[in-house]
Amino acid sequence: MNDMTTFDIEKIRRDFPIFGTEVHGKPLIYLDSGASAQKPTVVLDAVQKAYAETYANVHRGVHFLSQSSTELYEASRETIRAHINAGSLDEVIFTKNATESINLVAASYGGANLQPGDEIILSYLEHHSNIVPWQLIAEKTGATVRAVPIDEHGEFMLESYLDMLGPKTKIVAVTHISNAIGTITPIRQIIDAAHDAGAVVLVDGSQAVPHLKVDMQEIGADFYVFTGHKVFGPTGIGVLYGKAELLAKMPPYQGGGDMINRVTFEKTTYAKGHSKFEAGTPPIVQAIGLGTAIDYINSIGLDKIGAHEQSLLAYATEQLSQINSVKIIGQAKHKASIISFTMEGVHPHDIGTIVDRSGVAIRVGHHCAQPLMDHFDVASTARASFALYNNRADVDALVASIKSVQEIFG
Amino acid sequence: MFDDLRELYQEVILDHSKHPRNFRHPEDANHEAHGYNPLCGDTVNVYLKMGHNGLIEDAAFEGKGCAISLASASMMTEIIKGKTEGEAKFIFDGFQKLVKGEDDDFDAGDDTERLMVLAGVKEFPMRVKCATLAWHAMTSAMDGSDEISTE
Repeated sequence: MNDMTTFDIEKIRRDFPIFGTEVHGKPLIYLDSGASAQKPTVVLDAVQKAYAETYANVHRGVHFLSQSSTELYEASRETIRAHINAGSLDEVIFTKNATESINLVAASYGGANLQPGDEIILSYLEHHSNIVPWQLIAEKTGATVRAVPIDEHGEFMLESYLDMLGPKTKIVAVTHISNAIGTITPIRQIIDAAHDAGAVVLVDGSQAVPHLKVDMQEIGADFYVFTGHKVFGPTGIGVLYGKAELLAKMPPYQGGGDMINRVTFEKTTYAKGHSKFEAGTPPIVQAIGLGTAIDYINSIGLDKIGAHEQSLLAYATEQLSQINSVKIIGQAKHKASIISFTMEGVHPHDIGTIVDRSGVAIRVGHHCAQPLMDHFDVASTARASFALYNNRADVDALVASIKSVQEIFG
Repeated sequence: MFDDLRELYQEVILDHSKHPRNFRHPEDANHEAHGYNPLCGDTVNVYLKMGHNGLIEDAAFEGKGCAISLASASMMTEIIKGKTEGEAKFIFDGFQKLVKGEDDDFDAGDDTERLMVLAGVKEFPMRVKCATLAWHAMTSAMDGSDEISTE
């Protein structure tokens, strides 16, 4: 299939100035968007403009710039609300990243609701940041962490999950898409089953939001988190979606700034809505940049982005499968555009170093998913992750650079 | 192919990584330490048999790692065997400067030439930890602490 039939890949590539740069004297082949995505000019301009023309602190000032800055910051919240179809603006909280969003829910919701003997269910697909915050709160509250296994293809094992659910289950925290191997989990079924068991669900959507349309009303998550930098926005900004009725009952996570209603030394009352969880000066410009990034992907269309990426994934899988020494780790039926692989007799770090000399940027290591690596009995893998700006030439460059790895290692 | 890659992945290094020397766990080792690189999850266990007068009578290792870390560990065990604790630490000090590109006049006596095959690492700063992991574990083993981490 020709890329041009779905969307104008060359135009999209021109939207990202980094593709004008060279690495080791070679054109950049960026296949590490799963770790962090590149930024389009519209986002860079929005950040520049926010600092250069409208910048002031938000919410408190009565002066013109504070008002402008507040309007842009809150407009971004509305952009994100609409994008994920949250019920209200109070359900969209700006944090500094997905990790902070998870820590917030673990500490606040978990801290207030978990009792000794309660269970938190995770899965073998989780990123460390959706494991460790739960272990921390489990230790504090006496709750237990359990993990749903995956099969040899890297599929979430729904049957085992259903068996694990029970009256002790209070929280289920699962990823929407595995950052390490690309598995798309059956999130709607996971959430429905958890609700039937009386548990609330947090979904780590960091890898999903750049690739799929996610609709809070449709999937029914209680909490959904993602980070800005993987969806072509700035670093230092994340989103926590939470159902209003749950957020209303949760204690504050951090104190100070906009989360305060009134302070006396005897008693402090807290702000309501999203403000309750936005302590201190928020990442104002980063939030504005994220809103612009969301507008950008919507201007192209996530359905088109998804189709383009699926076509690239199929092509890359086919090309890599033809190299004998390459073994693809994780071949779930529903997969995002992430390919994790190992090479016989070559450590992933050596692969990474060698392909980098051809200008090919991939991620090597355990991808902060060590339980998943343990499951496949590897210490680490090499991972190519594709985004909307990648094309078939990028896949070809990866394949050629892998051949140079073979050449060196014989 | 690129010269700096050829320099990094010399035949000697590939040979040591594919056939690491002293890759075993000696039963009579009296010092050992575990090395771990959280960046990649690689591990190494270094085993030493220290005799009287601080002489290293035997050195061996086991572990999982990239070509650079395995080759470096393999060469290290060959080089430090028969040396004193002080000599081994002196070589490591020079070796560390060599792979970090901080020492152009690397001198480890008779072992200089052998270790120079790892000098290519200095062009790859992200790989310095791979080259030094086993060496850090070796000094920890001598000092008695049993676990080191490169982070």
